[in-house]
Amino acid sequence: MSILSKKSKLALTDPMISNNPISVQILGICSALAVTVKMETAIVMTLAVMFVLSMSNTVIAALRKFIPNRVRIIVMLTVIASLVIVTDQILKAYVYDISKQLSVFVGLIITNCIVMGRAEAFAMQNPPGKAFLDGLGNATGYGIYLIAVSIFRELLGSGTFLNMQIIPQSFYDSGYLNAGLFVLSPGAFIILGLIIWFQRSTTKYEEA
Amino acid sequence: MRSNFYVLSFMAVITIILGFLLSYSSAVLKARQDYNIDIDIKKNILKSLNIPADQSKKLSQGDIQKLYDEEITSININEKGIISENGTLSVYIAKDGDQPTGYSIPISGKGLWSTIYGYLALEPDGNTIKGITFYQHGETPGLGGELEKDWFTANYVGKKIYNSDGMLVSVEIVKGQVNQSGVNAIHQVDGISGATLTGKGLNNFIAQDLNIYKPFLDRIRVGENILE
Repeated sequence: MSILSKKSKLALTDPMISNNPISVQILGICSALAVTVKMETAIVMTLAVMFVLSMSNTVIAALRKFIPNRVRIIVMLTVIASLVIVTDQILKAYVYDISKQLSVFVGLIITNCIVMGRAEAFAMQNPPGKAFLDGLGNATGYGIYLIAVSIFRELLGSGTFLNMQIIPQSFYDSGYLNAGLFVLSPGAFIILGLIIWFQRSTTKYEEA
Repeated sequence: MRSNFYVLSFMAVITIILGFLLSYSSAVLKARQDYNIDIDIKKNILKSLNIPADQSKKLSQGDIQKLYDEEITSININEKGIISENGTLSVYIAKDGDQPTGYSIPISGKGLWSTIYGYLALEPDGNTIKGITFYQHGETPGLGGELEKDWFTANYVGKKIYNSDGMLVSVEIVKGQVNQSGVNAIHQVDGISGATLTGKGLNNFIAQDLNIYKPFLDRIRVGENILE
C-alpha cells in the first residue's frame, strides 16, 4: 500500500510534466522570464512559490464551503497576498542577500496566474489534503521549468553554474564572449520556447 | 445565493484574521530585518574602504559588526565641511592609529529604473578613489545590475576626482573601454555594455554628491586635520 491514493498521487504528479502549468497551460510565464537569469534566484523563487501555492490551495480548500461565490476571487486574492507578504518578510529576515536579488519578484507571486488559477480551478472543488498536493505538484512543475531555463541562461549569459565559473578563462582569452542576449528577457523567451517545443514533441501533446 | 450580511461578515472576519497574521509576522521579524539591513550597510562601508584587505573571505554578521566597531569612526559634517552635531552629511573614517587611511561617503541617485545607493571611499589625499560599492538598486540584473559586481567597482579604484588644475571633475563612465593613453584616462572607467543609461545616472549622482562634499574634500586635500 502506498502512502497516497492513486488519485492523490495524480494530483501531485500530473502537473509536473503532462499538465505542466508552464509548458502546457502557458501560465506563470512572466516570472519564468524575470527570475531565471541566475539559478540561485530561480531556486529560491521556486521554494517561495511552493510555499505560497500549497498553502493558498490548502486554506482556500478548507474554506471552500464557506466562501460566498460572489466574492470568491477577492477572498482568494486576500489569502494569496497575505501569504506572499509573509513569505517576503521571512526571506528578508533570514536570507537577506537573496531576497535583495529577487527584489520585487517575490511580491509579484501575487500576480502569478498559476496561484490564482489553481485556487479557482482546483481548491474550490476539492478537500484541503488533495488541494495541498495539487499546489505542491504545480509549484514543482513550475520550478522544474524555472530551473531548467535558468541553467541555460546562467551558463550562456554569464558562463557560470550556481555562481561557479564553468567556462574557463582560456575561452575568454581566446575571444569567447558571454551571450548577453540570454541575460535579457528575449533570451528567456527563446529558451523557454525551445524547451516547450522539445517537451511537446516528445510527449506528442497537441493543443485541443 | 448567500445574503449580503453573510458576505460582508465573512469578508470582515477574513480580513481581521489575515490582517492580524500580517502585523504579527511583521512585528516578529522586524528586528531581524532591521539588523540585516544595518549589517548590510556596514558591510558596504567597510568594503568601500577595502577592509578587510582580503575581500574573498565571507564574513559572518558578527564579524562585520566587530570589524566596523573597531575600524570605523563616523562623523557628521555640515555643508561647509566642518564637523557638527547637526550636520546632515555623514563621513565614515577608517584609521590606522591616529592616521586616517580613508574616507567613505554615501552616494545615491537615479540609475535607469531605480534609485541606487552606495558608498564611495577616498584615500587620505582626498583625491584618489579607494573603493566604491553599491548596496541597493533595482537595475536590470545582468546589465545595469552588474554595477554591484567586483569587476565593475574595481574599475574605479585608483582613479582621481580632481584634475591637474585642482578642479573637481569626478569620474566618468565611458562607452566600452577606457583609452588608457588618453589625457583623461585617470578620470574615466570602463562602461557596462547594455547599461549606458545606468552609467549616465551613476556619472551624474557621483559628481553631484562629490560636489556636496567638496568643502570637506578641499580641507582634507590640503592636509587639515579634520577631526579637530
